[in-house]
Amino acid sequence: MNAGIHVENLNAWFGSTQALHNISLEIPEKHVTAIIGPSGCGKSTFVRCLNRMHETLPNTRVEGKVIIGDLDIYGKGVSPVSIRRRVGMVFQKPNPFPTMSIYDNVAAGLKLNGFGNRRELDAIVEKSLRQAALWDEVKENLKKKSGASLSGGQQQRLCIARALAVEPDVLLMDEPASALDPISTAKIEDLIFELKKQYTVVIVTHNMQQAARVADFTAFFLMGNLVEFDKTEKMFTTPSDKRTEDYITGRFG
Amino acid sequence: MRNAASNKISVRRRLANALALGAIGLAALVVTIPLFLILGTVIHNGLSELNWNFLTQIPKPPGEEGGGMANAIVGSLMLLGVASLIGVPLGIGAGVYLAEYGRNVRGNVVRFTCDVLNGVPSIVIGLTAYALVVLTQKHFSLLAGSVALGIMMIPTISRTTEEVLLLVPQSIREAALGLGIPHWRTIVSVVLRTASSGIVTSIMLAFARVAGETAPLMFTAFGNQYWNLNLNQPTAALPLQIFAYAVMPYDQAHRQAWTGALVLISIIMITVIVFRFIAGRGVMKGAD
Repeated sequence: MNAGIHVENLNAWFGSTQALHNISLEIPEKHVTAIIGPSGCGKSTFVRCLNRMHETLPNTRVEGKVIIGDLDIYGKGVSPVSIRRRVGMVFQKPNPFPTMSIYDNVAAGLKLNGFGNRRELDAIVEKSLRQAALWDEVKENLKKKSGASLSGGQQQRLCIARALAVEPDVLLMDEPASALDPISTAKIEDLIFELKKQYTVVIVTHNMQQAARVADFTAFFLMGNLVEFDKTEKMFTTPSDKRTEDYITGRFG
Repeated sequence: MRNAASNKISVRRRLANALALGAIGLAALVVTIPLFLILGTVIHNGLSELNWNFLTQIPKPPGEEGGGMANAIVGSLMLLGVASLIGVPLGIGAGVYLAEYGRNVRGNVVRFTCDVLNGVPSIVIGLTAYALVVLTQKHFSLLAGSVALGIMMIPTISRTTEEVLLLVPQSIREAALGLGIPHWRTIVSVVLRTASSGIVTSIMLAFARVAGETAPLMFTAFGNQYWNLNLNQPTAALPLQIFAYAVMPYDQAHRQAWTGALVLISIIMITVIVFRFIAGRGVMKGAD
């Protein structure tokens, strides 16, 4: 199934403050696209518009078009809940459900949506944990240990497994490694490399090296505007915009 | 090191430390004394009459030896049960509303009302139940007593539920919403579940508070010398029975009043312990 993301004239507001101005870009399917830019430039807001999470905050507003595959996600009568099942999200801070076991954390998206077949659930939980490269570390304690008892890096991979278990087409990652140590970060990056075979991955990152390592395409945001969007290689070697060059070479931001 | 003496704690500071520590230690000790005095007195005076008859028989006519408070024990349990059926869902419901949808004027009105209701004297709440239920039914009843106690439970439960729900991190809610779990399901299965032990505590606080209430039962449940399991009939209750026996001119009645108090305190303590245990089991090990 085609799961490219077409964004057209996207604007987003917090109250009267406009956080995104007329963003248009094409995110190709089954590739990794990195969103970079200084703090407060609208990176997180942008990805949160791709699964309609932005509107869950009070006093927020979105205008414009986002089409995933052939579905206009802001179309009339489209349920945000169904969009979020197709577009998974991993957050900056690992946020496993603290009262649930490792198993229940991974199964939560299916169980709480009324998906009840135990044998199938077992298989999906194992598959998702394997995809997230966590299976071998937790298979002994799936139902005994709480998700919150894992280390930070393991928790983040648990959150990735949890997002994969609902079988989305797109995976949004909002600075997934910024709270982790270098070893856990390397694991997550390897994982992203594997995941793009099956999923369209959009990753927000503060870390330029990370963008260069994992992303096929990179978008540079500045003050709520999209400055440049291109192949990562081109962005980091011969950016066409002066501001991109300044940011990447560390002259500001 | 030029001046070794400056690294030593001065006598003045040591003295101040000892004084302050002594003062707060004393305060802590004084706080625990009343409870132990009460428990000690109740056990000392109440244990002698605590026997099978007390737990299984209804009261004998005044002045006669023997008899028990079985009808009052059952009455109290029924009153508390029905009161909880009224107070717990309303309290939790209002608490969820306040935490999830109450960041506005409407929420503030509800919050303020709860706080005022919490401060209303219990006898006034009894009068309210009298006006609402007794006057409508034209007789005293277990239901009227339960309504009075149920109303008293609401503010404690709703305000505490709100507080513990707000302690559940926003990131947990977003995790659930991000998985495509509907908002209502997120509240029920994730937010309430994460806060469950705090909510149980709030219910226990409210329960313990109303279990010993006498005043709101006086003109609602009214009291009864005989068995009653009917919602629409007046019922005996431990606090009422204790009060009635305490003002009687008979020694045996006084002793039975003490035993009634012992049973009442035991019921509260056992309920709290059992529910804590049940709530504690639901939480995974290693979670904070």
